Amino acid sequence: MADTEIKPVERVDTAKAATPVAAASLASMRLAPGLLDHPLHWRTGLVLLIALVLLPTLAQAWGQGFYVGVASRILIFALAATSLNLILGFGGMVSFGHAAFVGVGAYAAGILMQHGFASAWLALALAFVAAGAFALLIGAISLRTRGVYFIMITLAFAQMLYYLMVSLKTYGGDDGLSLDSRFDLAFGLDLSQDASFYYLVLALAVAVFVGVQRLLNSRFGHALQAIRDNETRMAAIGFPVLRFKLLAFVLAGALAGLAGALLAQLGGFVSPSMMQWSESGMLMVMVILGGVGHLYGGLVGAVVFLVLEEVLSSITIHWQFGLGAVLLAVVLLAPNGLLSLRLRRQSP
Amino acid sequence: MTGILVLEQSLNGLQFGLMLFLLAAGLTLVFGIMDMINLAHGSLYMIGAYLVASIALGSGSFWLGLALGMAATAAIGAVLELTVLRRLYQRDHLSQVLGTFAILLMSNEAVRWLWGSQPIELNPPAALAGPVELLPGFSYPAYRLFIIAVGLAAAGVLYLLVARTRLGMQVRAGASNREMALAMGVDVRRLFTLVFAMGAALCALAGGMLGPLLAVQVGMGESILILAFVVIVIGGIGSIRGALLGALLVGVVDTAGRTLIPYGFERLLGPDLAASVGPAVAAILIYVLMAAVLFFRPQGLFPAHG
Repeated sequence: MADTEIKPVERVDTAKAATPVAAASLASMRLAPGLLDHPLHWRTGLVLLIALVLLPTLAQAWGQGFYVGVASRILIFALAATSLNLILGFGGMVSFGHAAFVGVGAYAAGILMQHGFASAWLALALAFVAAGAFALLIGAISLRTRGVYFIMITLAFAQMLYYLMVSLKTYGGDDGLSLDSRFDLAFGLDLSQDASFYYLVLALAVAVFVGVQRLLNSRFGHALQAIRDNETRMAAIGFPVLRFKLLAFVLAGALAGLAGALLAQLGGFVSPSMMQWSESGMLMVMVILGGVGHLYGGLVGAVVFLVLEEVLSSITIHWQFGLGAVLLAVVLLAPNGLLSLRLRRQSP
Repeated sequence: MTGILVLEQSLNGLQFGLMLFLLAAGLTLVFGIMDMINLAHGSLYMIGAYLVASIALGSGSFWLGLALGMAATAAIGAVLELTVLRRLYQRDHLSQVLGTFAILLMSNEAVRWLWGSQPIELNPPAALAGPVELLPGFSYPAYRLFIIAVGLAAAGVLYLLVARTRLGMQVRAGASNREMALAMGVDVRRLFTLVFAMGAALCALAGGMLGPLLAVQVGMGESILILAFVVIVIGGIGSIRGALLGALLVGVVDTAGRTLIPYGFERLLGPDLAASVGPAVAAILIYVLMAAVLFFRPQGLFPAHG
């Protein structure tokens, strides 16, 4: 059983090492992606992008402008889930505290607004940097632990940040922080318009998504995935394993911070509950639902989770029960996430 | 004055720690033996508290509520293990997180469905309602003393069960080496349903005992679940003794920290600064402890073996 699974990988390996010709032909075969490559699936992606660009116009035309806000929220969570998938799916780091970075980003934006700075660019940049800095600090300590201990230590740090914000009365404490208005964006765009805010979110989400895809297919991304598969081996052949993992962790944290700043602007509100462990759990659930280690995993998971939430909550007030039942069905029937169902059907 | 404050806080810490132990005992066995992350453990605590409270209110007898609530929660735990959780043991941690998170959502909603979102008020039994004078000038609620007694008794019974009986021997064997225990003829599957049911009963005991002190409401399991994880990480995953010592440590540090740190900071830093820094430091203290243990001694302070 296990033999048949390992063989193809080894064949590629030995071919690369033994015959330079084969290695060269492998490198030139850009159209046949290897195990570690994650193609964008241009056609699907483009159709999706066009649909997303047209969404506000269509929603307005049908008089359902409310859904623009919903779509913004889904895209923001897709951004956060994609950032988590970068470390969870591709780096093998099961972080149970990712919502903390979302919260740091949200607070960075909220605190900036409280002090009278209303530039969206400044808020986004500060959220990115602040969340990245916290991720650097937390990652530098946490990444020295393994397995289930890593899960628990990231949880511990997230809880620290949560209780810190609950106790800090200067910034609202338990009650949270209200943002007086939306941020200003250059070019005369008014972010208080749902549609223009949506386009900002969409632009950032697409940029991050394509950026993550480029990163995964780069040397760094390949090394990261190889570390996930066999850390000892990567260390033995001379890769600075810890530095690579830390870099991915910091980047994921910073991107989550970006999502946090957007989320703060969407709701006009920041509160410690954004950092609660159940929020981290929800982000993890989205990634697992979509497919751990699939490029589109975070996106699909966030869309399915939040659309289900939206649909079920319009049917019954007990929608959480239905949501739980669906999640349970997925974990029992599609062990590797929804995207694995499609992949399984493709390969006979 | 200060002496009495310290004594009172130590008793509060002891009481909270022992209740945490009841939750952590089941969790640490599931985690230690089956390597299973069970986020639904807090839900059993909530379900237990609701069952105890509603049976107690319906029958008028707190004791009947406690007994029946524990039995019913044990049955629910066993059914949960047999139908769902058993399928997750062999899966990776991520599937376990997703599966048990789903159960958590479902049980929260089921409880809201059955009992509504209003918290249930549960009164302690009349015989234990008043205070008891422990020292001249220092009285302490009788019910809280009773909780300490029940917690100590439960810890004692659990200790005898694990250390002195055949069943306990099998549990310990399963915790230190599951394959070997299987090879020696231990029916780990059956054992596990039993352990799980017992853990659920302990959850109900904790939920029922804490019911009169804290509000019985939806979501009550979430915050205490994380505390139970803190306890088993500090104590050492899979170790009952570690769970007890870890729970006492967390209970005392958390309770005492919340009172004594703001008090101490006020002396050191003055009231203004203390008012903002004190509560923050007190609240994160146990998580700092948890992170430090994970960093320096990942096997925990009181590991199960070695």
